[in-house]
Amino acid sequence: MLLVFAGLLIHATLHLPARGDPDAPMHRERNRAGGLVAGDYFVRNAYRDAATPNMVTVVLADYRSVDTLGEVIVVFTAGVSCFLILRRRRRYD
Amino acid sequence: MTSPSQSVIIIVAGRALAPLIQLFGIYVIIHGHYSPGGGFQGGALLAAGVILLRMTEGRCAAQSEISTEAAIPVASIGALIFAGTGLVTLAFGGHYMDYGVVPVPGIEEPMVRYYGILLVEFGIGLAVMTALVAIFDDMLDDPSPENGDVDAGKPAEDLKRP
Amino acid sequence: MNWLIEIVLYLLLLTTAFLALSVKDLLAAAAAATAFTLTMALLFISMGAIDVGFTEAVVGAGIVGVYFIAAVSQTSRRTRD
Repeated sequence: MLLVFAGLLIHATLHLPARGDPDAPMHRERNRAGGLVAGDYFVRNAYRDAATPNMVTVVLADYRSVDTLGEVIVVFTAGVSCFLILRRRRRYD
Repeated sequence: MTSPSQSVIIIVAGRALAPLIQLFGIYVIIHGHYSPGGGFQGGALLAAGVILLRMTEGRCAAQSEISTEAAIPVASIGALIFAGTGLVTLAFGGHYMDYGVVPVPGIEEPMVRYYGILLVEFGIGLAVMTALVAIFDDMLDDPSPENGDVDAGKPAEDLKRP
Repeated sequence: MNWLIEIVLYLLLLTTAFLALSVKDLLAAAAAATAFTLTMALLFISMGAIDVGFTEAVVGAGIVGVYFIAAVSQTSRRTRD
């Protein structure tokens, strides 16, 4: 079972484009349907839009900031649930 | 781990390393525009500094930095800074988290986005740091014989190491 | 040169994963899991994803390892199976 699954994964990995391949679909300007690829827009316009050289920061905190908000809410919910479950009750004596 | 470590080496090493880790965390948050990093990583580094102190010197250490009781409220303040920035842009007629629409006199639109990103990273850092510290504190929150009568978060004077 | 480093890292990854699953002492298992995460972060960095690698190193090796150790210190140190 495990070997079959591992073989399936390896078989799927063999057909992926090589790492850093400029002709990979992710790195093209337009996808096969003819629309613009989001990554290309980010690489071209990140500095112009936000005056920030690190485009990862621009993507995380500006273009995809709702995603980051969800990330923070996950951590915050973990903290609150630990607070509610694990914290010892105050003694009233 | 709830009691302070007995070894001098561990305590001295923890005290020496924790400020450096926290300084690097602040650097990572503020310099996230130019180098890898951001609010999440910087907040985790700040939390690592506090957790290192609490591991080595007992869980009553470093309470003045973030006390156990204040951790969850401060985390919600951080999350509110993040969400509130988005709401401010919503009030000025843009999309949620579209910082460019906020009219700040004397600053062009890319720089407004720049400072918006900085504010958001600060909120993320605050929320992540305090939430991680709160999780650590709650995991170690057991009634042990030494601090059994101490309420959670209140640093007892006799437990504080000189 | 780069692929040589990556092969060493992949071997380390497999070794630490096997160790973390097979060791009976839970503290050693937590340490092996932390080493696994650190190796993973180095692999991310060698692939060019520096932000992801940094996050992985800080959160995985810095925070989650401490949480594992705290949980082990609150419960038993040995596994039964």
